Amino acid sequence: MLLIPCPWCGPRPENEFHYGGEAGIVRPPDPAALDDAAWGDFLYMRSNPKGLHRERWRHQYGCGRFFNATRDTVTDRIAGTQKP
Amino acid sequence: MTQSYRLPSGGRIARGREVGFRFDGRNYAGYEGDTLASALLANGVHLVGRSFKYHRPRGILTAGSEEPNALVTVDRAGGRGGGRRTPNLRATQIELYEGLDAVSQNRFPSLGFDLGAAAGWFAPLLSAGFYYKTFLWPPAFWSRLYEPAIRAAAGLGRAPTAPDPDRYVHQYTHCEVLIVGAGPAGIAAALAAASAGLRVMLCDEQAEPGGSLLSETGLGETGATIEGKPAALWLQDALASLEGRVTVLPRTTAFGWYPDNMIGLAERLTDHLAELPPGQPRERLWQVRARTVVLATGAIERPLVFPNNDRPGILLAGAARSYANRWGVAPGRSVVIATADDSAYAAALDLHAAGVTVAAILDRRRQPGPIAETARAAGLIVRAGTWVEGTSGRKRIASVAVSAGQGTIECDTLLMSGGWTPSVHLFSQSRGKLRFDPMLGAFLPGEAAAQVRSAGACNGVFGLQAVLESGYAAGGGIAPRAFAVSGSVMWQPSPGAPPDAPHPAAFVDFQNDVTTKDLAIATQEGFRSIEHVKRYTTSGMATDQGKLSGIQTLATVAGLLDRPMSDVGLTTYRPPYTPVTFGTLAGTARGPLFDPIRHAPLHDWAVAHGAVFEDVGTWKRARYFPQPGESLRAAVARECRAVRDACGIFDASTLGKIEVVGPDAAVFLDRMYVNDIASLPVGRCRYAILLGEDGFVRDDGIVARLAEDRFHVTTTTGGAAGVLHTMEDYLQTEFPELRAWLVSTTEHWATIALQGPQSRSILAPLTEGADILAMPHMSVRICRVAGIQARLFRVGFTGEAGFEIAVPSGHAPALWDTLIATADPTPYGTEAMHVLRAEKGFIVVGQETDGTVVPADLGFGALGRRKRDHVGKRSLSRTDILRADRPQLVGLLTADPAVVLEEGAQVASGSSVVGHVTSAYWSATLGRSIALALVADGRARVGQTLTVPIPQGAKSQGAIPVSVVAPVFLDPEGTRLHTHVEAPSLRPCPPADFAIARGHPSARRLIVRAAPTATTAIGLALGVLLGSVPNRAVRGRDRAALWLGPDEWLVLGPGGDVGSAESGPMAGVVDVSDRFETVEVSGPDAAWRLNGFCALDLAPHTFPVGMCTRTLFGKAEIVLWRTAAETFRIEVARSLTPYLRLCLEQTEG
Ligand SMILES: [Zn+2]
Repeated sequence: MLLIPCPWCGPRPENEFHYGGEAGIVRPPDPAALDDAAWGDFLYMRSNPKGLHRERWRHQYGCGRFFNATRDTVTDRIAGTQKP
Repeated sequence: MTQSYRLPSGGRIARGREVGFRFDGRNYAGYEGDTLASALLANGVHLVGRSFKYHRPRGILTAGSEEPNALVTVDRAGGRGGGRRTPNLRATQIELYEGLDAVSQNRFPSLGFDLGAAAGWFAPLLSAGFYYKTFLWPPAFWSRLYEPAIRAAAGLGRAPTAPDPDRYVHQYTHCEVLIVGAGPAGIAAALAAASAGLRVMLCDEQAEPGGSLLSETGLGETGATIEGKPAALWLQDALASLEGRVTVLPRTTAFGWYPDNMIGLAERLTDHLAELPPGQPRERLWQVRARTVVLATGAIERPLVFPNNDRPGILLAGAARSYANRWGVAPGRSVVIATADDSAYAAALDLHAAGVTVAAILDRRRQPGPIAETARAAGLIVRAGTWVEGTSGRKRIASVAVSAGQGTIECDTLLMSGGWTPSVHLFSQSRGKLRFDPMLGAFLPGEAAAQVRSAGACNGVFGLQAVLESGYAAGGGIAPRAFAVSGSVMWQPSPGAPPDAPHPAAFVDFQNDVTTKDLAIATQEGFRSIEHVKRYTTSGMATDQGKLSGIQTLATVAGLLDRPMSDVGLTTYRPPYTPVTFGTLAGTARGPLFDPIRHAPLHDWAVAHGAVFEDVGTWKRARYFPQPGESLRAAVARECRAVRDACGIFDASTLGKIEVVGPDAAVFLDRMYVNDIASLPVGRCRYAILLGEDGFVRDDGIVARLAEDRFHVTTTTGGAAGVLHTMEDYLQTEFPELRAWLVSTTEHWATIALQGPQSRSILAPLTEGADILAMPHMSVRICRVAGIQARLFRVGFTGEAGFEIAVPSGHAPALWDTLIATADPTPYGTEAMHVLRAEKGFIVVGQETDGTVVPADLGFGALGRRKRDHVGKRSLSRTDILRADRPQLVGLLTADPAVVLEEGAQVASGSSVVGHVTSAYWSATLGRSIALALVADGRARVGQTLTVPIPQGAKSQGAIPVSVVAPVFLDPEGTRLHTHVEAPSLRPCPPADFAIARGHPSARRLIVRAAPTATTAIGLALGVLLGSVPNRAVRGRDRAALWLGPDEWLVLGPGGDVGSAESGPMAGVVDVSDRFETVEVSGPDAAWRLNGFCALDLAPHTFPVGMCTRTLFGKAEIVLWRTAAETFRIEVARSLTPYLRLCLEQTEG
């Protein structure tokens, strides 16, 4: 079980957290202005890197906050977490 | 004569206490302190099993957990059922107890005479890769003949079929230092670590700590002393000095390394006892989070690989030495020793001293070094530069053929040593890199990937003094400590022996019957990667995971490929180190504790009134209320009729509820839901659909506006947690500028639905503070019902005039009883609820939707059209979503009204499938079956006849004709919503305070969600500071505020008025008094008990008094608050209280 350092609560066991997908995917302010392809990119296209990945986690069974983490998808090590 | 191989003295056995046991139906005797293996050897029994594929006779090879041959089944049934039969246990690890009943495995009909072995023709068919080639043709023969025959011939013990009657528990714990292995290195590490005042744990798989020290008992001249004491005495003193400072866990295997230094330990608590103490768990799974792990796991001696190296009577030299010194057992009368390593000389010298004839030492090395001179000085014959070319004997070795035609030596025992392989399993599991050491011919820990230190033999350190010193250093000893050691054989590690020419009976993997010939076949056939060779030959894939064979496989393959071993590499080490029972992994999570079983507030009433329940998520919901002798269909028909004609009463409490508070609450909900929420007037409700950004329906419910800035939102029963999570996501990350706050009130409010034309007349006399007659459909009032504070909704899911009354959960039974007492409405369950809603064509998310359905598919295409944006809106105009042939919700009527379709059945037009049935019921109201379906371009097909094919094998084959209709079967105009009739005879209403008095004297619980600017004012009003230190509780005069998140507090206090704490523009305050119940856990073992299910470190310095947090207890969300050194207060959702209490009961003992 990973230990994930919550920026508010400190290191906590993985089962208290909920994965939130890649970080930095911002909802377009005016979705209607996007064509199907651009909207499809927002919905579905993710970077899926081998190596460091910026991603969101929520301390669901803890402080409830979403935060960003940098995790290495090769080693599963979390390099760091930040308040949003 | 019994125990005729027991030496006259020595060993750590209790010679005064004889223990009777059975093996394969025969009675034997051993002593307390024996293992099954040592006791069998004391009785001269070597033949203990038949090999996996070839049914060759096999004997005890080792003295430890690496044993590949001596696998037995132990049946503890004793008339208590077969659930206590355990197969594939290693006789070398089974502690002897009175009445132990063990049987050998994989033999037919008996161990001594085995038909499988007689069929020698079988063997050539089972060589490397046999699975892939020998039995391929003809294919039909595989399943009918080959596989059953192979399975019958090859195999291990049989798993029990009866349920396991034993109890297994889990324990989370944290420590600064976990030491794995209590041999000399581990003990020295513990001495060092304990002196630094840390939390230190020391575990060992054996019954007794001590490791190799237990075999240094000083029988012969080789008896070791440490710091002037005999090894055994030094061990005893060391353990005594650790008492109270180090948690020592014997019989505990560290089987797996998991991320961030979490180590899995399996502790066996009762398997060694003759009498099982009632209630005591059989095994405990420890999940240890250790800051530093010290590995002191030792090394495993390697067998030598030569033809027929597997006969009973052939043992590893180190094992034989342990049997002599630790258990006082001679492995035989006349012993030959074959070695490529110094360590075997210790066995030779000790056995010689014990009076066993050592016929010769065959040392593969031409110049064996000084140890050979010591042996010669003791009178032993050392034949340097020789080795074993073969053996003879049937069920026991009889002679050894010496290399280069140097004759044969008769013997009854052959001891072998091919060097030592450091046990780097856990280090490798921790993702540390291994490096090849040519001097050892094995891999050693290299660069670490975790906070881990290796000490002693597992780090390539040999020799007692060096091992003790490396252990002390690894344990964190501040200054190095010198351990004066004498009398121990000083020996040099060796890389072992090179592989000989491939031979079909030179075994590399004993447990899976893999020989050097098999490895040669694999390399001849082109396999190069060691991982491929492993899988093709199955070398290292048996239950011993290649503890003995791994390095021999590698050495052999390297030789065959003429490549250095370091290039060929090693196969991956994976957990578990030794097999772990399913019981240990499951722990208490079985039966009623597999998942929480949640009961709604009116559950007890439903039970008392004969309800039949169904599982909805983790909830138990009343499905129907049969009267005596009534069938499901009859009961549901009666319940539906009552709702349509009079009045039904229904427990809707499991529906999710979220309170949305704040000046921007309406804007927020408007962005979340498809529907127009911004324009919803106070006091009105709206059916609302929630989408994902992909446009597909995720959930639905009712949004009720209680005030300008306060909404009561319902969700589906199963969707409650997910909807709250999604809303938090948007509020925290996409719309952080919105001043809106969310609080789950699912369990605070119980919801009783009163549905049917009489419902209003029943409720009217009970309602205070609202003009119920003036309430339009889809409206809400805050009022009192039967004297209880209530939210009264005029809504329904039946198509009838009806109400849903939300009251604090603790008051729900009183309100229900009052309604039954005054008007006797008919209780109905979820089945009738489904029929009633299907008659009206109301959808159920998850039934009419499957994650690919958009609102237009369901006939809600007009919703949200005028809104600029909402979650998922853009996806609704994607080209693909606008296709004409999308599935659309329609009704289906069978040509034969008596036929009820199967839910999930396909709907066909001609020969092409055009959709599927989503709901199908018998409608008593309509006197016929009805069905809802998603059908491609369905609305255009209204009036057509389609077919529902019947699966082959059903009674009447063919297809059921159905006609497509609009998905509303009853009252399409909706006039029934406004049809009220008087209930015939209402009994007088009980006094107004009747229900209140029955409600519990509630403690007041508030969730405060507030921006930093608002906390001071709210704190002043509540009389308690809303602290900003994470996970800390602040106590006020009579309230406490528990920090749950940076904008969230749980305020606990007495009942009654909460002053002028109001939500205001920058906060949301929500009463959740009835959502939680309080459970207190106190006593000196409180933290220990909580750690049975809670993974947090609850030590006083890491979780001090005053600390609080939301966390998980098993599968239940709780708020945990340490109120005193030995007292924890838990706030738990009321439906999870029984689960929590059951779990806590499991932690005692
Ligand atoms: Zn947190």
